[in-house]
Amino acid sequence: MALQASKVQVGDTYTQKLTDDLSRTQIVQYAGASGDYNPLHSDEIFTTKVAKYPTVFAHGMLTMGMTGRMVTDFVGDGRLTAYGVRFTRQVWPGDALTATAKVDAVRDEDGQSLVDLSVTTVNQDGDVVVMGKATAKIDP
Amino acid sequence: MAAKKFPVEAGHIMMFARAVGDPNPIYHDAEAAADTEPGKTIAPPTFYQASAQFDPDYFLRPKIGEPWFGSGKEPTGVPPTRTGGDGGTGLHAEQRFEYFRHVSPGETLTLKTRPGKSWERQGKRGGNLKFSENITEYYDESGELVVRATGVGVRTEKVVESD
Repeated sequence: MALQASKVQVGDTYTQKLTDDLSRTQIVQYAGASGDYNPLHSDEIFTTKVAKYPTVFAHGMLTMGMTGRMVTDFVGDGRLTAYGVRFTRQVWPGDALTATAKVDAVRDEDGQSLVDLSVTTVNQDGDVVVMGKATAKIDP
Repeated sequence: MAAKKFPVEAGHIMMFARAVGDPNPIYHDAEAAADTEPGKTIAPPTFYQASAQFDPDYFLRPKIGEPWFGSGKEPTGVPPTRTGGDGGTGLHAEQRFEYFRHVSPGETLTLKTRPGKSWERQGKRGGNLKFSENITEYYDESGELVVRATGVGVRTEKVVESD
């Protein structure tokens, strides 16, 4: 169900738990589906011994994709007109992620109702891992 | 550099949606998708990035018969000087998508890429951060722009000590 302009208010929020325990296997799944096989995301030996990180970490685009589920669950299928994020912190295996959309504006553009959202995903420590904006078409 | 043609396939959308943890049937069940507002399977919002699969030269995929910078016998399969360059130490700082329409399986998209803005700023721990935008536009078979993707990459440069 798409959102309705008459039922959504600036300041409304929608929150979704994305994962309780991000697995290395899900990161591998994302590598396979996206085609981004950077060893930093799946190859423990390269990542620790050559790149000197404590362990592999998620693609930023995996976190953006997971966060996108929250956005589309909120605004409805096929309603997005814009979605963008900044990657502010790495996401590690074992992280728990929670995504929140907040309504910044409900507006009208050429007769089309639109909602502007702030999008934020945090880890188990409350640290922001991605933050950004989304805009979607909504019903009047 | 990017794929020139991106065939949008139902199985690819299903695998991509699984990978991002999205159980929405619109991504894997054509019958259920028929009852949704779009009326058919559509691509999830970040699926467009998976056009990398169709880029023959994508540098983050091992090439058949060529050395790969990930581990095998050794922690890296290429000389160390090459791992610090395009080998993946540049980071993805930001990604934006503008959707003019959402695409469905069976379509083939044509990609056009161009560089966007670039800028520099001083990093918190010293060293210059170089940001650069890369813009990819996805066109459908009738030549209509369907999606514009803007990626921002950041690269750190060591501070060169002057005397």
